[in-house]
Amino acid sequence: MDNRVDWHRAPGPFAAILGPPLAWFLLFFAVPLAVVLAMSFGTNVGVADIAISGTFANHARTLEPVYLGIFLKSFAIAGAATLLCLVLGFPLALVVAFATPRARTLLLVAIMLPFWTNLLIRTYALMTVLRDGGLVNSALETLGVGPLPLLYNNFAVILGLVYIHLPFMVLPIAASLERLDRSLVEASLDLGASHLGTVLRIILPLAAPGIMAGLLLTFIPALGSYLTPDLMGGPDSQMIANVIERQFKRANDWPFGAALAVLLVNLTLFALALQGLLRRLEPSP
Amino acid sequence: MTRPANAPDLLDYSRRWPLRLVLAAVGLFLYLPLLVLVVMSFNDSRQTTVWRGFSLRWYEKLAGNAELVAALGNSLLIAGLSTLLSLLLGTLAAIALWRFRFPGLGLVAAGFTLPIVVPEICMGVAMLIFFTRILPWPQDLGWPLALGPIVIAHVAFIFPFVAVVVRARLQSFNREAEEAARDLGAGPWRALVDIVLPHLKPSLIAGALLAFTLSLDDFVITFFTAGPDTITFPVKVYSMVRFGVTPEVNAISTVLLLLTVLLTAVALRVQAIAGERLAP
Repeated sequence: MDNRVDWHRAPGPFAAILGPPLAWFLLFFAVPLAVVLAMSFGTNVGVADIAISGTFANHARTLEPVYLGIFLKSFAIAGAATLLCLVLGFPLALVVAFATPRARTLLLVAIMLPFWTNLLIRTYALMTVLRDGGLVNSALETLGVGPLPLLYNNFAVILGLVYIHLPFMVLPIAASLERLDRSLVEASLDLGASHLGTVLRIILPLAAPGIMAGLLLTFIPALGSYLTPDLMGGPDSQMIANVIERQFKRANDWPFGAALAVLLVNLTLFALALQGLLRRLEPSP
Repeated sequence: MTRPANAPDLLDYSRRWPLRLVLAAVGLFLYLPLLVLVVMSFNDSRQTTVWRGFSLRWYEKLAGNAELVAALGNSLLIAGLSTLLSLLLGTLAAIALWRFRFPGLGLVAAGFTLPIVVPEICMGVAMLIFFTRILPWPQDLGWPLALGPIVIAHVAFIFPFVAVVVRARLQSFNREAEEAARDLGAGPWRALVDIVLPHLKPSLIAGALLAFTLSLDDFVITFFTAGPDTITFPVKVYSMVRFGVTPEVNAISTVLLLLTVLLTAVALRVQAIAGERLAP
């Protein structure tokens, strides 16, 4: 299977091919992140200087109730958005996977098109319909309910995250549904099971790897999102990323901001490792 | 794959009403805000909620907004440069991981996927620290050199995406074609350029489109990397949205939406052509 060439046989081309991307990665990704890690063990000295003193004070501070609360809230908001994406995305993926090829392409484009659109523009568009006097509230007023506070609160943040991340949920689930053995589904239906029963007992378990991937692909960016809580959230819907930004821009406490960033990276890597572990435990087909 | 004749009907879930309902609701959710945005960009009023008649005044105002136009120019330049560099580095990375066996192969492969998963905010602050403390970027370089840090940061997080796309395509490459070229006397570089690169073409186009979109879309990393005098399009739109609503944002958004639709159409067309070539 592995028909790679040993690098000793062509050291020149090997260095020429791997060198540039590896150098870029090390210099402009690994080094900056290592500096963040180093700074998280530093202390502010004076106005602009930071001494890498090896203190754990910044990391200890991330566990204070205020910041722990924000981490928990970020988990709750990202989790709620991810579940909502699953509830909306699974039926969508079902339709996509079993549609005729032509309809499938059309549906996929329709799902992907907003994804290709600028994130700020999408967020702004959603804010336009949700604000007081916007389309949704005008409609609600005509019906006699509302106006409801649809913007600048946790509800708005969750809705915004769903709006942005839905394709990340639909695409992996649809991909795994397309691969599943249709004869199993047909057998279930032939033997008299209802469509709902078939979906719940046959399709859902078979699509588990895709669902797992979708959950992760939605949850990780949602957890670290900055723009949506910043623009659509209220005073108490700040997420981790907003707190990190504040340390670097307004509070000017870089070592503490670095400690928060390190924690967020670690949480992300932990989620990935967990998924890798789950995938390994899964019986291979 | 063979299917019984009745299967498409039985499994075509788009024909069942509960799913049609979900489909309609999600469609409305995804597209209504964008539709309202486009319609309101032609509204003859400062109000972005009430229709007062057709007008192109926001587009005229847009053309006169030098700062916004300059910001868009900056963003397009950054996206263009980032795309070229990411395409080069991403392709090299994919070929290196596919072609060579070397100590640390698994580590390098895993490392190259990290920029895809590390949260943008963390990369943003890392770049901020890097370009202020480790490699201070001179402030008085002027345009366009002042855009350097943004391009560097964009390439750092975008080239791994290109590498993933190109690697997927390399999986389907038939090694015998390259070996035949070598047997016929082509050197390793010649074989790479004449045999491997043409095979990669669809993934290079897909990778370029992805890179361009990612760069143009990025707000967070740019926000932290940009110097005080550098305004890019997302940063400018951000401040416009943050500090009051202006219908100009609707107008520029409509222009960008149109651009996105056009680019998507081009991408689909390219894919269709590539698909036809693959299955003659």
